[in-house]
Amino acid sequence: MSDPQPIPSCCGTAPPAPGGSNPFVNGLWKQNPVFVQVLGMCPTLAITNSVRNALAMGLATTFVLASSNTLISMVRKLVPKQVRIATYIAIIATSVTVVDYLVKAASISVYKALGPFIPLIVANCIILERAEGFASKKPVFASLLDGLGMGLGFAFALTCLGSVREILGAGTFLGVPLFGSHFEPWVLFLLPPGGFISLALWLVTFTTFRQIKARRAARAAAAAAETVPAGQLVEVRS
Amino acid sequence: MSTAAVIELRTAPHLHSGLSVEEIMRNVVYALLPLCAYSVWLFGLSALLSMVTAVAACVLTEHLICVASKRPTTIGDWSVVITGLLLALTLPPGFPLWMVVLGSFIAVGPAKMLFGGLGFNAFNPALVGRAFLQAAFPVAITSYTPALALHRFTSFIPSTFAIPLLKAEPLTAWIAQVRVDAFSGATPLVMQKFDHVTTDTWTLFLGTRAGSAGETSALLIALCGAYLVLRRMMDWRIPVAMLLGAALTGMAYHLASPALYPGPGFVLFSGGLMLGATFMATDPVASPTTPLGLWIYGLLMGLITVVIRFQGGLAEGVMYAILLGNALSPLIDRLTQPRIYGAQAKEAAR
Repeated sequence: MSDPQPIPSCCGTAPPAPGGSNPFVNGLWKQNPVFVQVLGMCPTLAITNSVRNALAMGLATTFVLASSNTLISMVRKLVPKQVRIATYIAIIATSVTVVDYLVKAASISVYKALGPFIPLIVANCIILERAEGFASKKPVFASLLDGLGMGLGFAFALTCLGSVREILGAGTFLGVPLFGSHFEPWVLFLLPPGGFISLALWLVTFTTFRQIKARRAARAAAAAAETVPAGQLVEVRS
Repeated sequence: MSTAAVIELRTAPHLHSGLSVEEIMRNVVYALLPLCAYSVWLFGLSALLSMVTAVAACVLTEHLICVASKRPTTIGDWSVVITGLLLALTLPPGFPLWMVVLGSFIAVGPAKMLFGGLGFNAFNPALVGRAFLQAAFPVAITSYTPALALHRFTSFIPSTFAIPLLKAEPLTAWIAQVRVDAFSGATPLVMQKFDHVTTDTWTLFLGTRAGSAGETSALLIALCGAYLVLRRMMDWRIPVAMLLGAALTGMAYHLASPALYPGPGFVLFSGGLMLGATFMATDPVASPTTPLGLWIYGLLMGLITVVIRFQGGLAEGVMYAILLGNALSPLIDRLTQPRIYGAQAKEAAR
């Protein structure tokens, strides 16, 4: 678990190198935890059957990420290397406990819908990965930004999945009926297979988008190369 | 090439059976046509429109995917026509057309072309399409209509033209108007499972009953299958093994509790078992290749079918049985490889 790694070959192109970019944008978009790093699949597939649950889960995770990243960054120079993971887990578990009570206080129905997945945020690999890969090496403010960006990126991805599943599976968006009372729900999308299908659709969309962008960048680079004086031209393609 | 004799150097195989993929697929379509005709006679215009829609949607999907991926189009090999026909034959005759189109897209897009097209589909495409529809629209796919309804050649079943994304009207009022006898449109399996009324085996054999469009007549399906077997375009072991597996399992249940479970005759000729065993389990891509493997594959699917019917919550289990069989066929192939002559026993067993 080092600095954000390019994920193994599940998407066609390697994600762009994070070096030097804004940690907030980086987490929200370039290194999106779900669509680029493909992390945290358990909550992504399990509780995105409605937009409300997806949003609640995303925001809860954002809170945990931001607070644990900040705290871990503060204590990063005090913790001996041998016990760092245990320390991180203690800090993350504390944040999760806070969020658990917050959600319960805010809405019992959301709390019941999310069920065991709120305590399970502690086991979400995104959070430990950001602690080990970013917060333990970077200053406090950057870590806070990174936690917020990653968390909101996660919430964004969950909401994308949740909206496809809720619109097709129940004909509603945030509980508001979109197609009238005669809508034929695609029950499949509320069931686990629907989670896999919609995740696949979004991954295809985002990968295609990234590939088009990469191709455009390559073409721009090629066009720039053609402006080089004729004597310096080299054969690029065989 | 014009004057001198040319010695042609080729690699094996040197003898070709003369059958091409295209010819086999075309003959399977011929074998399906009598079933389609009978289905139109039983269920009328709605069944016809459903078949035409499914075939058109499947062919169009395959063509568009080929064009989009810049490959030569593969619709000429007829296999996609079979997928369309089989999908329509496994759906209720009045199934809403927009769902037929959706099922066709799933069958050809993700289940066939995404895997690499004909020859690479791990699962029978038509059944994947149907499984998607079954999971997405459990009510619509179990709304059956009676066979030989009145006005079936002059009017459509109302659910056929349901507006996309919206529910079809319930069919009970329409069925009360058009039925010629007391049957409500429940399939024999549903009546057996939930009302404990066993349909007479002769009716099942001839097929004048409610059900999916093409599954009703055991006699006709057997004749069409026999044509393909006689022309050596289909392996007889798969349907025989599957039917045998189902009959034996049904027999065991029947002997254990005759009051609760019907006899093997009912098991064989009801539901989609005949259609599935003859035309879907025999998908040459998704089934094993060794003779022993074919027997294991068929018997296993027959067993699973009957267990789902008698133990599960669904009235019919053929679709899931065949998909499970498809999933197991690479494993079955691996376990039944013949011993290579001269090789060590240990190596041959792998």
